[in-house]
Formats: sequence, C-alpha cells, structure tokens
Amino acid sequence: MSITGPEATFAAVLAPFAAAAIAPFATRLLGANAAWPLALVPAAIFLFFAGLVPEVAGGASFAPAVDWVPAYGVSFSFYVDGLSTLFALLISGIGTFIILYAGGYLKGHPHQGRFLSFLFLFMGAMLGLVLGNDLITLFIFWELTSITSFLLIGFDHLRAASRRAALQALVVTGGGGLLLLAGFLMIIALTGVTDMATLLAGGDILREQALYPLVLLLVLGGAFTKSAQFPFHFWLPNAMEAPTPVSAFLHSATMVKAGVYLLMRMHPVLGDTALWTTILPIFGGITLLVGTLLAVRQTDLKLMLAYTTVASLGLLVMLTGTSWDKAIEGAVLYLLAHSLFKGALFMVAGTIDHEAGTRDVTRLGGLRGAMPITFAAACLAALSMSGLPPFVGFIAKEYLYDGIWGASGAHLTITAVAVIGNALMLVIAAAVALKPFLGPKVETPKHAHEGPVLLYAGPVALSLAGLAAAVMAHATGVYFISPVVSSVLGTATVVDVHLVPGYIGAALILSLITVALGIVLYLKLDVLRAQMQRLLAAIGWGPDKGFDQVIAGLVSFSGSFTRLVQGGRLDVYMTLTFLVTALALLVPLTLTGNWPSAVPMPDLRFYEWGILAIAVSGLIAVLIAKTRLTAIVSLGIQGFAVAVIFMLFGAPDLSFTQFMVETLSVVILALVMTRLNLRPRDHRPLVPRVVQGTIALGVGVGLAALLMRVTELPFDRSLSDFFETYSRTIAHGRNIVNVILVDFRGFDTFGEIAVVMLAGLCVLALIRVRPKHAREEAFDRAAGDEALQKSGEARL
Amino acid sequence: MEPAFAILIGLFFSVAVYLLMSRQLVRVLLGVAIFGNAVNLLIFTSGRLLREVPPVIPAALQVPDVTIANPLPQALILTAIVISFSFFAFLLVLAYRAYQELGTDNVVEMRVAEPTGETAPPQGY
Repeated sequence: MSITGPEATFAAVLAPFAAAAIAPFATRLLGANAAWPLALVPAAIFLFFAGLVPEVAGGASFAPAVDWVPAYGVSFSFYVDGLSTLFALLISGIGTFIILYAGGYLKGHPHQGRFLSFLFLFMGAMLGLVLGNDLITLFIFWELTSITSFLLIGFDHLRAASRRAALQALVVTGGGGLLLLAGFLMIIALTGVTDMATLLAGGDILREQALYPLVLLLVLGGAFTKSAQFPFHFWLPNAMEAPTPVSAFLHSATMVKAGVYLLMRMHPVLGDTALWTTILPIFGGITLLVGTLLAVRQTDLKLMLAYTTVASLGLLVMLTGTSWDKAIEGAVLYLLAHSLFKGALFMVAGTIDHEAGTRDVTRLGGLRGAMPITFAAACLAALSMSGLPPFVGFIAKEYLYDGIWGASGAHLTITAVAVIGNALMLVIAAAVALKPFLGPKVETPKHAHEGPVLLYAGPVALSLAGLAAAVMAHATGVYFISPVVSSVLGTATVVDVHLVPGYIGAALILSLITVALGIVLYLKLDVLRAQMQRLLAAIGWGPDKGFDQVIAGLVSFSGSFTRLVQGGRLDVYMTLTFLVTALALLVPLTLTGNWPSAVPMPDLRFYEWGILAIAVSGLIAVLIAKTRLTAIVSLGIQGFAVAVIFMLFGAPDLSFTQFMVETLSVVILALVMTRLNLRPRDHRPLVPRVVQGTIALGVGVGLAALLMRVTELPFDRSLSDFFETYSRTIAHGRNIVNVILVDFRGFDTFGEIAVVMLAGLCVLALIRVRPKHAREEAFDRAAGDEALQKSGEARL
Repeated sequence: MEPAFAILIGLFFSVAVYLLMSRQLVRVLLGVAIFGNAVNLLIFTSGRLLREVPPVIPAALQVPDVTIANPLPQALILTAIVISFSFFAFLLVLAYRAYQELGTDNVVEMRVAEPTGETAPPQGY
C-alpha cells in the first residue's frame, strides 16, 4: 500500500483510528495542549484529499480495494469521486478545528483523553462512510458512526438526560441502520452488484426492478433517521446534551449529513422517479418548516441551532428530492455553506457558554466588548447563514431559488416553503449572532472574556472559509461544486459559480423577499416565540414523548412476558419443554410422511421376550409404587433388565458397567431416601396428570416411531468398519470398544473422567457445606452449655 | 428385532418424561435415572442389534472375520453410563441438601431463586 495516490485512502481512513489509540496518552503527557499535535492527523488527511482535488475535478474517480470476505464477495473498498472528496475534506478540515476546539473546551476535564479518542473514532468512521464503495463496508462505517455518536452524546454519563439522549440517538439511527442494511442486502440480491461504483455505472439497474419501491423505502429509512427528517427529527435536538465540540462536529457539520450524502450518492440509481420526487420533497419540506418553527420557540443557543440544523437537513432533502439539475446545484452549494457556518456558530455558542456560564439567549447581552473575536466570527457565520452577500450562503440561496423557481419552471409550494424556512433561518442566525453580543451588558454567571486561541481558532477559520469560498466563487465552482454535482446527477456537469448574480432574476427577488420577511419576523421574535410555545402546549404530545412511551411500554412488556414464561416452577418448565419436544418429533414425522411402515411381528426368542417383560414391569412398578423402597427396588429392576439386554446383544462391557452403576444407584438412593421423610406418591389432581401423561406418551410415541423409521433405512457402517479394520492393526488392541475409548477417542474419555471428578467434587462440597440453621443450632447449643457451666460455677 | 425395542424405548421415555414433570423431587430423580437408560438403549438400537457376538477380534486375526456387534454405539454408551451416573449422584445430593435447607420436596414450593411477586423492571434511563 503506497502512501501517495488513491491507494493511500486506506491510510487516510485508518489514521484517525490510530490517533484514537494515542489520544489518551498524549493528553496525559501534554494536557489540553495535546490538541495541537493531534490536530495534525486530520490536517494531514485534509491535505491528502486536497491533493486529489485537481484530478477529481478533472472527472477522475478511484476505487481502491482489498479483499475482505471473498467467500461472500465482500471487499474493503473505497470510492473517491467528487462527492466523497468534498465530504472527506469537510470531515477532515472541520475535524482539525474541532480537535483544537475540544482541547480548549474540555481543558482540565479528567476524561479529556477519552473524549478526544471518541472524536477520532467518529472521524474515522465518518470518513469510511463517505468513502465506502462496497455496500457492506459502507454499512459497517455507517453503524460505527451511530455507535461513536452514542458514546459522545453519553459522554457526561452521570446525567440522566445525557443517557436518555444517547440511547435515543442510538435507537433511532441504529433502527434506521437496520433498514438500510436490509435495503443494501436487497440491492445485492436483486442485482448481484456489491459495490457503489458498479451500481452507479449500472444506470436503470435498480429503477427497473419490480421491488424498487421497497428498496427505496428501506434506503430512505436509513437516510431519514440519520438525517433527522420529520418525524424522526426529535433525537437531534436531544443530542445537544453532548459537549459542544460534538454538537458542532457530528450533529451539524458531518454525521447528520450522512443521510443526505446517501441520498445524493444514490440519486443516479434511485432518484428521479415519481416515488422519489413525491416522498423526498414532502418529508424534506415538512422537516424544514417544523425545524425552523421549533427553533423559534427555543431560548437555548444550542437548541436554536440544533433545530435550524434539522431545518437545513430538510431543505437539502427537499432539494435533492426534486431531482432538478439546478435545484441540486443549489443543494450542493448549501451543503458546503451549511457545514461551514453551522460548525462555526455551534463553536461560538459553546464559547459563549464556556466563558459566560450560560447559553440562554434571554440572559445574555452586550458581550461584544468582552469577546470581540468571537463576535466577529459569529457575525461572519450568521451573515452566511442568513444568505447575505458576500458569503457562500448567499450564493447557495441564489442557486436554490433559481433551481426551484427560475430554471425548472415555477413551483409555488416548494418555493413558498423554502422562502419561509430561509426567512426563519435568518431570524435564528440574527438571534444567535447578535442578541448575545449587542445591546446593554447583561450580568452573566461567569465573568465573560475572550476564550483562548484554541476556542476561537475554529469559528474564525470556518467563517472565513465561508467568505473565501464566495469571494473565489469561480474556483469553488470548478474544484468543488462541479465535481459533486456531476456525482449526484451521474453525468459530467459544469457549474459556473459566481458571486454577483448575472442578471436581476426571480432568484434575486425571492432573496429580497426572504430578507425582508426575516427582518420583520426578527423584530417580532418575542411574540412569535410566545405563540409557538402556546401552540406546542396545546398539542401536548410529540414524537419525543412518544419515544419515552415506546421504551416504557417495551420494558413493562418484557417484564410481564418474562414473568409469564419464567414463572419459577420446575414442573411448568418441564411440561413446556416436553410439549415442544413432542411436537418437534410428531409434526415433522407427519408433515414429511415419515411414519414407519407396518411393524412385522419381531422375531425375538422367548427369553428375550421375558427380559423385555421384566423391564416393562419394572417401569410400571416405579410409576405405581406406594412406598419409596418399592420405587427404588423397581428402579433397580428396569436397570438390571437393561444390563441383561446389553449382555444378550453382544455388549458385555456395557452390561458389566450397567450392573455396577445400577447397584450403586440403588444403594445410594436407599441411603439418602431413608434419611428423608419424602413421599414418592403423586398427589397431583387428575387433569394435570392426564395432560402430562398425554405429553409423555407423545414424546414416547414420537421417539419410538423415529427409531423404527431410522432402523428401516440402510445403515452406514463406515465408521464402525474403520474401527474394526484399524483396532488391531494400528492400535494393537483386540477389544474394539476399549480401543475406541482409550485410544481413538482418548481425549473424550479424558473429558469424561474430568466430568466424573467434577461431579464428585460438587457432591463433596454440597455435603461439607452445613445448613445454616444447623450451624446456628450447634452454636446455640455450645453457648447454652457454656451458660449452664457458668451458672453451675456460680452456684458452687 | 428393532421394532420391538423401539416400542420398549418409547415406553422408557414416556415413563421418564412423566416422572420428570412431577412436583415431587424424588419422582423427578427416578425420572432422570430412567431417562438415562432410555437414551442409552436408543443409541444402542440405532446402531442395529446383533445377538451374542461381542466386538472383540480373535487372538489369531488382525481384523474380525465374522460380523460382530457394532462397537461404536457401545463406546458412546459406555461413556454415557458413567457420566449419567455421576450426574445422577450429584442431583441426588443436591435434592437431599435442598430438602434439608428448604424443608420441602415439592418443586412448587422451592422459590428461593425466583421468588413470587417480583417487582417490575425499573423504568427510565
């Protein structure tokens, strides 16, 4: 594996995992400053993928692969093209600053090393997800992101809210992951294609399948849960329980985009059908509106941002769902813009929380003097989020409006949803970026001042990147947007991105409407918030509450079901076990028509009949014995009958052993039973006796029939022949049974001896451990004697 | 020959299973003992029966010259007899000690490990 060129993708994906192993030790050595050297890992990955950009922009794609499970056609393979390169750049680029930010944010935390380790694990998983070519490879990384997200959300595991949020995220995204796995397996089963690159080259290979709707729904199940689409949106705001670096990295910039990535990735093979263009815009549109409206209600900076993230994901899904070329161009631009400004804003919110001690927007104000750098970064990011020039957010909005109104005809509903959503997003951007910094100074729990460079490096870099991407619009278009749009559309496309709109068109007018609406709504924010709170209080129920109800129902159901099947009664367990045994014997015999044929009169000699009769009488005597001694003796009768049977049919060794064992059994049974006041008689009522008798007969009949059928079939003597042939010639023993036991299967016999020894030790232990009350009695007696003695002495 | 033994083995199993489902520990123990014999006979018979020719090679020969009884099931059963005996002895002592501790031989009343009226599992996270 070389360290340059596409093959090094393996190294790039595995490097974060290596860093995860080192992080705790580095943190122990260097403290918070360990973030500096550790951030070199994602920085190097970023540079590696940046180096691939010119080739990828030229239309090249790579698919390095190694065999993983060749027997099942599973390979460990990656696919590097425009889409995956942009995502890899975002993950490693933002990841670099997140690592730095985490160094400052959790400075002095006793588990900072563990935290960084989790972050690196996530980074590796996410890189593998977006680069994954083989469907199974992709799925495994997909699930790894869910698991690492669980670990990160539950990082502060001493708080119940964290635990709940972590579990909720895992259940929702993990459940969706199962749907996705089913979808992938169906794709493999239907087409025989196991990797994305081949699939994408296959054109209509999936759309022409009769089961296409099912495949689409399963894939959407994975994408919608991961990308928090309504009604699965509730886990994402709850995931804000995680430390802010996690919120900025996983739950805004990268992981939640995995669903959008999957939709974009599979658009060439799954998209552009009636089903696709119906489901995606509806769910995306609802998510956009619900997300922005719920964001307005919040006063917590992180939660406001979280709900706008839900909204942005809805917008991306809606745009991808239209399958219109221009709308997808807008979506790709918005994806890039969102990752930059949302990552920056989350870090700003975290810095405010860290330095001022609260992130409640109503308790913040006038921080501009205390935190000028953070304020500047917040403004830049918020301008991009608001869609104002000269930021990449503005370009994205121009292109997406052009996509849904101008270029592909006028689509009123989608446009209206987009305008309202964007206007509300402007409101939130302003509330997050302006409210804490402007206005009169408000007293905060901590004395606020600018954070260390570790904390403001990220927001500044990301917000400046949003500016740079817009100023160098042409390069952005050539190197990032065009290759990605080509990947999503499945055909080479050139997008000419420019900052200044070429003409005064519908898009610009829609932009102006959005801004005007946003400003009006911002001024009315308090009214709007109160209205939303009243509305939600009136509804009262939401999917979040529903999740609790489902989990509570599941726990109480499993509790009562366990009590039902595990009632703690041995006779019930036994009865159920043998009922199932009887059914397992009789039903297949009947269904497959394998009952034995008519039984001929067996050609037994008279003494053989005699020994059979003795065995039967012994059995019946055990059943009806009235006293325990009769039962024990009757048990001996059937045992000795079995020994005689062994003797008559050429098994003297067995016969000898059986005689010994039966004698010993009877002796120790008699010894033990005479010490107990036990009643061997059955005192059960009639009905259970009849039921159990029937079940017992069923088991007996089933086994007898099975044995008869088996003995009707020809016998395979190959093993017996082997032992007969080699017992003397190789093992030098004439008694074949003994040779098998001590030679051919010597280790089995060794195991048998071990079992006997263990049973003996257990018996010894059971006998030696005295009953508790017996011990106490002995103690009492000793104490009593002592007292008596003392009183005697006193009397003397 | 085998069908007659199959019926006998069926009877062994029926009696053993019926005893195993009892509430009296002593009867359960008797059932365990009979169950062991039933399984041994089942293995013995499925290896086919042959009268009076033990699987021993005559001193003058390297391989047996006549059809002999199948040695394989015998080897299996020999192991099984010993193991089922030690298992039986262990169960017997266990039952004896259980009776000493709990004062009952009725399995319905033995509820130390699974007491009645257990509380529901905790809700919440």
